[in-house]
Amino acid sequence: MQESLKQKRITAFWRDERILNILGQVAFILILLFIASLIFQNMRDGLARQGIILSYSFLSGISGFDISESLIEYSRTSSYWQAYQVGLLNTLSVSIVGVIASTIFGVILGVARLSTNFLINRLAAFYLELIRNLSLLVFLIFWYLGVFLKLPRVRDAVVWPGDIFLTNRGVGIPWGLPTDSYPTFRLILLIGIVLSFIVFFALRAYSNRTGQAPLTTLWTLLTFIITAIIGWLVLPERPLTFDIPAVEGLNISGGKVLSPEFMALTSGLVLYTSAFIGEVVRSGILSVSKGQVEASHALGLNSFQTLRLIVFPQALRVIIPPLTSQYLNLIKNSSLAIAVGYPDVFYISNTIQNQTGRAVEMISMVMLTYLIFSLITSLFMNWYNQRIKLVER
Amino acid sequence: MRKTLWFVSILVAVSLILAACGGSAPTSNGGGETVTVVETVIVEVTSSAPVVVAPTGFGVTLETVKARGNLICGVNSQVPGFGYVDADGNFSGFDVDYCRALAAAIFGDASLVEFRPVTAAERFTALQSGEIDILSRNTTWSLVRDTELAGNFVHTTFYDGQGMMVPADSGITSLADLSGGTICVQTGTTTELNLADVMAAEGISYTPAVFEDADSTFAAYAENRCDAVTTDKSGLVSRRTVLADPSAHVILDITMSKEPLGPMVRHGDDQWFDIAQWTVFAMFAAEEFGITSANVDNIKSSATAPEVLRLLGNEGDMGLKLGLDNNWAYNIIKLVGNYAEVYDRNLGPDTPTYIPRGLNSLYTDGGLLYAPPVR
Repeated sequence: MQESLKQKRITAFWRDERILNILGQVAFILILLFIASLIFQNMRDGLARQGIILSYSFLSGISGFDISESLIEYSRTSSYWQAYQVGLLNTLSVSIVGVIASTIFGVILGVARLSTNFLINRLAAFYLELIRNLSLLVFLIFWYLGVFLKLPRVRDAVVWPGDIFLTNRGVGIPWGLPTDSYPTFRLILLIGIVLSFIVFFALRAYSNRTGQAPLTTLWTLLTFIITAIIGWLVLPERPLTFDIPAVEGLNISGGKVLSPEFMALTSGLVLYTSAFIGEVVRSGILSVSKGQVEASHALGLNSFQTLRLIVFPQALRVIIPPLTSQYLNLIKNSSLAIAVGYPDVFYISNTIQNQTGRAVEMISMVMLTYLIFSLITSLFMNWYNQRIKLVER
Repeated sequence: MRKTLWFVSILVAVSLILAACGGSAPTSNGGGETVTVVETVIVEVTSSAPVVVAPTGFGVTLETVKARGNLICGVNSQVPGFGYVDADGNFSGFDVDYCRALAAAIFGDASLVEFRPVTAAERFTALQSGEIDILSRNTTWSLVRDTELAGNFVHTTFYDGQGMMVPADSGITSLADLSGGTICVQTGTTTELNLADVMAAEGISYTPAVFEDADSTFAAYAENRCDAVTTDKSGLVSRRTVLADPSAHVILDITMSKEPLGPMVRHGDDQWFDIAQWTVFAMFAAEEFGITSANVDNIKSSATAPEVLRLLGNEGDMGLKLGLDNNWAYNIIKLVGNYAEVYDRNLGPDTPTYIPRGLNSLYTDGGLLYAPPVR
């Protein structure tokens, strides 16, 4: 077999297109790698001439600076690496809050834009056009200097119903403090999750068997919520006590105080990104041809069923890819935090870079961080896209 | 297929050439026996992939500056009295005048300076990368900056200390009153670190609100984002003048740290360091000898004291030793002035940014300014 194959080859390997193709690609990669190494070498030589050696060991040194808000334990005696983690978590929290809020707000905007109600339609259109044509940086600074820092001083705090304190030192909201029965409550929540899974699979099995389409998501959620409420009422002691914010001296004490920097950054990012998401949602819904809706009505489905079973699943296929890039934009845009003084990962790395002079190391770390965040987001969204996309036969 | 073959062979050829010069580039400093062909390739590569490397090594900076025809000076643009852009776009201030003095020493023309505003955060990178020739931007002299940041502090031109400013109606008089409060501070400064140090030492809890540049720090303070703002006392005095109502803010009578401010140069060029340092000393010495921009011509023609004659270039070749014109110090004094003149012009009693001279007086007046002998 081997022998016969060898004899069959009449073209020399340098004329064999398959081999040439591979060779071409290999050569291209080699050149690319070479140029990259040349640039790296050049940079290292340049730095070495000034007595600077690339190394990440400085990260274990004592940072010496304080950070205004942190989700983990941090003080001036913590290391630079811990400071970096603080920034990382702050970026994550802004991104997660931002992605969720801008999706909800964006879907509402997109649907409002398609509304047949003239006022709602025009208002949504005006909003979208206004926001989409602003620069995000300007928008963020407006929210910071123009809105959140213009709130009254702490001693003249404006109190909104629900004990929300608005001051220029931050927005105080009631916050749950766990009590002794909290661990039990957590267990009940876990049971709730298991129960809702059972309901979910049971309803799906039912739908597969009978061809009916029950409201799976709604019932799943309801199961969880009802379990949680029952648990809350049954326990002898409330699992959470609500800590109400109050004015005390220079600051707001109690509750949870969201800093003006955090508020400005998230509201700016959410309102900005939701305008783009609104347009994405609108284009998705419009992409479903009118014939689909008419056919669905002809089959006797009502408007809600049409939206839920015909329009939305098809719109989602068009929505997901551009939605992914909006999510990525939001995450990357959160680095503008530096303009309003919110300590996100880019901000902290800037401070570290300043105190240590390690520019190349810090910039490369930040680049890698954003790359990882973005890749994880797109991997997840691609997986979801794969799942919902039209199965072609 | 023929096309592909050509493409591949060109690629291979290019990569081989690149590989050849890649091997020889690092060693080319040592051996002069490389084949001519390879040497031409080296030139091609360096021109095709230029990476800016800061000029280092003895005399390189002066040569670069002279060849360029002007001095690039990294300055502040947001602190009146030290480095500030006025309404007409002109730079003025104490640190800015130092740049002019250096240009006068080099070119005999104080206007040959390009001022490049740098933030506290980017200043050291700008210096390291060679974007600026010298950093004159109220920068505090410290060990880490002298070593890890690969810089050399020329000399202290302004002895300062960190202070704290609060609204006058706040009733705050000491650091302890700030317990639980918020303090505005600028990132990338020694101030930020001192604040953390002092508050930790005193056991006072506080929240920092940290900003990217002086303008946003003081804008946030003006909006009452913080109970106090901290920076060098000179900075507080100067920034207070641009607040809406300067009299509504007081600077607390506390000094939180030593802040020796001065110009900074890169590691590696001792000649440039000497020029920068003696420019400072020439201004100190001129004040000590009573030479001002107004009387320097008179003194130059009539002086008899040997040290004055050496400073003004009538005797000896002090300027040449620095690699400059022999009239270097004369030009500094004539075109920019002595230390006292520069101080009074920017921070004197007639300016809105008045700061009493205090430590920044000659040693003969109980200050710390002391120039080594010019000989």
